[in-house]
Amino acid sequence: MTALRRLAVACALLLAGSAWGGAGAADPLTIRIGYLTRAEEPRIPLTFLEPVVEDEGVQGARLAVVDNDTTGRFLNQRFELVEATVPEGEGVEGAVRGLAAQGIRLLVADLRADALLAAAALPDARAMLILNARAPDDELRNELCRANLLHTAPSRRMLADALAQYLALRRWSNWMLVVGRAPEDAAFAEALRRAAKRYGARIVEEKIWSFEDANRRVDTGHVTLQSEIPVFTQGRDHDVVVVADEADAFGEYLAYRTWLPRPVVGTHGLVPTAWSRVHEQWGATQLHSRFERQAGRWMRPRDYAAWIAVRAVGEAATRTNSADPAVLAAYIRGPDFTLPAFKGQGLSFRPWDGQLRQPVLLAGPRTLVSVSPQPGFLHQFSELDTLGDDQPETKCSGRG
Amino acid sequence: MPIVKGAALAALGFALALPGPEPARADTVFVSNEKSNTVSVVDGEKLAVVATIKVGRRPRGITFNQDMTRVYVCVGDDNRVDVIDVATLKVVDRLPSGPDPELFVLEPQGRLLYVANEDDNKVSVVDTAAKKIIGEIQVGVEPEGMGISPDGKILVNTSETTNMAHFIDTASHTITDNVLVDARPRVARFTADGRFVWVSAEIGGTVSVIDLGTRKVVHKIRFAVQGVPRESIQAVGIQMTRDGKRAFVALGPANRVAEIDAETYEVKRYHLVGQRVWNLALSPDEKRLYTTNGVSNDVSVLDMERGRVIKSVAVGGAPWGVIVKP
Repeated sequence: MTALRRLAVACALLLAGSAWGGAGAADPLTIRIGYLTRAEEPRIPLTFLEPVVEDEGVQGARLAVVDNDTTGRFLNQRFELVEATVPEGEGVEGAVRGLAAQGIRLLVADLRADALLAAAALPDARAMLILNARAPDDELRNELCRANLLHTAPSRRMLADALAQYLALRRWSNWMLVVGRAPEDAAFAEALRRAAKRYGARIVEEKIWSFEDANRRVDTGHVTLQSEIPVFTQGRDHDVVVVADEADAFGEYLAYRTWLPRPVVGTHGLVPTAWSRVHEQWGATQLHSRFERQAGRWMRPRDYAAWIAVRAVGEAATRTNSADPAVLAAYIRGPDFTLPAFKGQGLSFRPWDGQLRQPVLLAGPRTLVSVSPQPGFLHQFSELDTLGDDQPETKCSGRG
Repeated sequence: MPIVKGAALAALGFALALPGPEPARADTVFVSNEKSNTVSVVDGEKLAVVATIKVGRRPRGITFNQDMTRVYVCVGDDNRVDVIDVATLKVVDRLPSGPDPELFVLEPQGRLLYVANEDDNKVSVVDTAAKKIIGEIQVGVEPEGMGISPDGKILVNTSETTNMAHFIDTASHTITDNVLVDARPRVARFTADGRFVWVSAEIGGTVSVIDLGTRKVVHKIRFAVQGVPRESIQAVGIQMTRDGKRAFVALGPANRVAEIDAETYEVKRYHLVGQRVWNLALSPDEKRLYTTNGVSNDVSVLDMERGRVIKSVAVGGAPWGVIVKP
């Protein structure tokens, strides 16, 4: 399939070449984009309906290179993804140096916050534009922000605000918050508390998930869950159970087992997310089908963030007709940049913290429920800036 | 706001119902309903749905054959074109289209249908007489809009993710020029004199006017509606009067149709229509403009002399394309 596809692209290139006559013979401009990730244990989903994915992120970047090339063949541009994977647990410094030595100035980072910060702080990274396609940490957009960093992945606050707006619209304003034990769960819970305050919700009860993490395959495991979770979710009356379990350690178990019959939202149930297979509007179906043909699985939010990052470079190359990384980076950061990305409106970067403004999907397990921002949450400039840190709130001062 | 509009419409509807000098019209309006898998047939005189025709899945692009005895409908999820007989209002035939057809254009000579295959980065050339695909043209990512010059020599296809208008020589089926336009181009429409092609951009919210002679964008029409966020202004459908003086552009979730002086490119006014207006069609006498409103599931009927909407006609789910026959 992949070989066939390559052949098709090659044929297309030949066709396009003949269309230009003489121009086809000229060497194309090559735009090289780095892709840096670090090996880690794959996330094992609690549900057996989702596969264990070992190539999350990079598949999105690869697809965007194909998309960029399709456009590029009309402009005599070609794109190359230079992939680097750091072994598990090792520092990223050597890899960044290696990429810099190969002339990479535009880097897509599929890294967790600590590794991302280490990479961005290196002298070799000073001349780079790094596109964070993974880490949702709010500190990266605030106290720890950096001038050479842009973020295509939504921040936790954006996700929490997107959910809170919808709950406000439904007037489900009393929340029971259930938080896992991982540090990222605490971080998402913090974003949810902030969102509750912003949108007039009350957290009437807060619980820490304290049970042992169990293997997902346990014979008759449901019997234990059926007795544990109703008791665990007893408490003050609430409209909705909001769960913060990014590691997928228990959130899947809550629905249908709560003490009161209440919907589950957050990292499970109704999920605010940049991307989901249930989304098919605004041409999303085309992206899904291209991705599935290439990767043999569904596109996940990490793939989507990496796709956006590489497409952002492609869009800049199309608009500026340049392969110069400095020109491309300036265009991506500039006021004219806007990227269509199957969300019904153009996406652009916030100048104050480098975050990509984007609508956030509210995905149910089987269908799309809604898309935030919700109607009625107004903003002076862009309603997308009702999600996450707006200019007056930003604690980012390192960009200039 | 919607309540006021509703009241005004009701009053006008009442006025229309009175016997008066309103001339009898025999317009027949065909509307493809993306969500209900049907084509609604609206009587232009009664302004009511008189027939609903079941077609394949996800009908979007819709056009007449040359003598207006047949309607072709792209049914994207069934990877074909359904053919409706205008006299019996039944699906009588089907044509191959290549995968996921969204929009198409019939050559002025009436035989070849050029179909954009949204999911496959190509344009299929369909011989409607032989009912065969006789050629394929590789274009950009997610081809969508299709326009053809009045002499049938130049085909323009837009690609939504590549953001280009591809100029295709219909004799050789090769691309001769690629013109960059704003984000997510949708519709390509030639002016009646064949000198310019207008290309709308949904995400960019603009219309680029491309000169056929130089293959360059000579003007960019921008829109601004008070109280409507910039992101909601999404240009899609384009219609022009035969005299080349007036043009209309559907602005999607802005729920407006822009009226443009096609000679100066000045936006003269914005007409409030139904929700998420995608496509437009002028009546043959050019006294009315019909719009498909995908979110409010209706067709707005804009009276061009009075300069306002005189009726909203409820059709099927998510109306998408619209064509009118005298």
